[in-house]
Amino acid sequence: MRWIWIDKFLEFESGRRAQAVKNVTLAEDHLHDHFPGYPTMPNSLIVEGLAQTGGILVGEHAGFKEKVVLAKIPKAVFHFAALPGDTLIYTTTVETINPEGAMVSATSHVGDRLQAEMEIFFAHLADEPRAQGFFKPENFVFTMKLLGVFDVGRGAERRFEEPPAVARMRDIPPGLARS
Amino acid sequence: MPTKEEIFDKIRAALVDALGVDDDEVTPEATLTGDLGAESIDFLDIVFRLEKTFDIKIPRGELFPESLLTDATYVQDGKFTQAGIDELKKRMPFADVEAFAKNPKATEFGNLFTVAMISKYVESKVNAG
Repeated sequence: MRWIWIDKFLEFESGRRAQAVKNVTLAEDHLHDHFPGYPTMPNSLIVEGLAQTGGILVGEHAGFKEKVVLAKIPKAVFHFAALPGDTLIYTTTVETINPEGAMVSATSHVGDRLQAEMEIFFAHLADEPRAQGFFKPENFVFTMKLLGVFDVGRGAERRFEEPPAVARMRDIPPGLARS
Repeated sequence: MPTKEEIFDKIRAALVDALGVDDDEVTPEATLTGDLGAESIDFLDIVFRLEKTFDIKIPRGELFPESLLTDATYVQDGKFTQAGIDELKKRMPFADVEAFAKNPKATEFGNLFTVAMISKYVESKVNAG
């Protein structure tokens, strides 16, 4: 299983807003345990998908120089369960961002219906040696490429460009880029 | 110019959202860590909410100067030194440093952060703006 809980970006406006899609499918093994005979997309994984949508937005804003960690979910409300066959549209909007962290508001919609809404708080981790091993910007950037960020991305005040790390990876086979 | 009550009500709403506490728990005397259960990451969350609610800028370390704790000039053997107390008075004019100075243990430092302290800080910011 790959820990990627969004399928594709639909919009990516640097430092402001990102929208991604998550298709829920019966091919996902965990749905058969959650719950046997009544498969529903776990809410925790909807949180994760929204955090990935927002986290990449926050990380990109600082050119992936900061180590962005999900620090806190001050609020999360789920209005109904997401079922196999549903297409979830995740929208994340940056409310506040500064060198210490960022607050992002996030929604999940199925069609016009608001499925979930939350606030997600990201912190920029201090640059301590312990953290180095966990964060390889290339991993995020590779995932961004996979998710089509660079196909839809727009810069807020500048042209949206691939970070240098993507250019470096262009010739690396996908299997080797993940580590 | 908002009244003290209006400012307090907005601070209460920000703390209720940030800390998941009930309205009636947010009293002026309540300490953020002891009474309201705030953890370190919550302080940044609170700063963000205050900035947004009151349209003010809160420079890093101005409202919650936690970095003093790790400065050996100000804290030695788990207690604030006289230099540390003097620095606290200078950096936190809105807190009751006099009361803290009677038993300046670093472990009690969090008790300086009360709802009343935030109110006074925000009042000064809003009135200055």
